[in-house]
Amino acid sequence: MRLGRLFSISIALVVAAMAVPARAATIEITMENLVISPAEISAKVGDTINWINKDVFAHTATAKNGDFDVTLPPKTSATSILKRAGTIDYYCRYHPNMKATLKVEH
Amino acid sequence: MFSRWSAAIAAAIFLSSSALQGAGAADKPTDPQIAHIAYTAGVIDINAAKQAQKKAKSKDVKAFAEDMLRDHEAVNKQALALVKKLNVTPEDNDTSKALSRQASEKLVELGKLNGAAFEKAYVANEVAYHKAVNSALEAQLIPSANNAELKSLLQTGLKIFQGHQQHAEHVAAGLK
Ligand SMILES: [Cu+2]
Repeated sequence: MRLGRLFSISIALVVAAMAVPARAATIEITMENLVISPAEISAKVGDTINWINKDVFAHTATAKNGDFDVTLPPKTSATSILKRAGTIDYYCRYHPNMKATLKVEH
Repeated sequence: MFSRWSAAIAAAIFLSSSALQGAGAADKPTDPQIAHIAYTAGVIDINAAKQAQKKAKSKDVKAFAEDMLRDHEAVNKQALALVKKLNVTPEDNDTSKALSRQASEKLVELGKLNGAAFEKAYVANEVAYHKAVNSALEAQLIPSANNAELKSLLQTGLKIFQGHQQHAEHVAAGLK
């Protein structure tokens, strides 16, 4: 499982490196006081999202199109690598009033 | 005897939010009373969730109950830390008493149901309860709070409760 994940991450990185000459960036998205910020942000395929939950509550970052579903226990962070372009609306499954948009470009 | 606001809040939480319309700001709840009401509102939902964990079979309803338990325990932990820091002793009051009494009645009522009937009734009550608490928070408790940190905790509580209301609505839609 872990190896598989590493493998798929490396594939994603290799693909990203081929498609995008510039080095992939890491973008921070924070959840604090039940607010996702920035509420809208652009990124590129191959970029890494660093999800940071500053709350004492658990949250999720759940893409409506199924691209990612990250669970963030209180005061933790996690990363996702963006694999394809598109406008992704995502929300927290526990608090669906937490909503934001990620624009992934080539 | 109920004071005007406690009757209004209790009615709002258990009957309808329109009961709040007529309430004036004349005798507002104090911060120690607000802290007690907010804490009690959390305990009520924790107890409802514990009942649901025992009785519910559906995966979604069980997961929802677990989310309620986790969030409300986290909010109440923060509330306790805040009153300790502010050196405030939460003060029992007619609203808290009315809330607790009505919640125990609801537990008995739901306790008589089983299976799908229980799940439907529990989730429907969660929608109604969170909606009503939100109205009370917005119309009475937040505007009445004096201490800035208490106000801010209530505002966070409101966002949590609004999230739970939507979450409960999603679960309810899935049970049909
Ligand atoms: Cu959340």
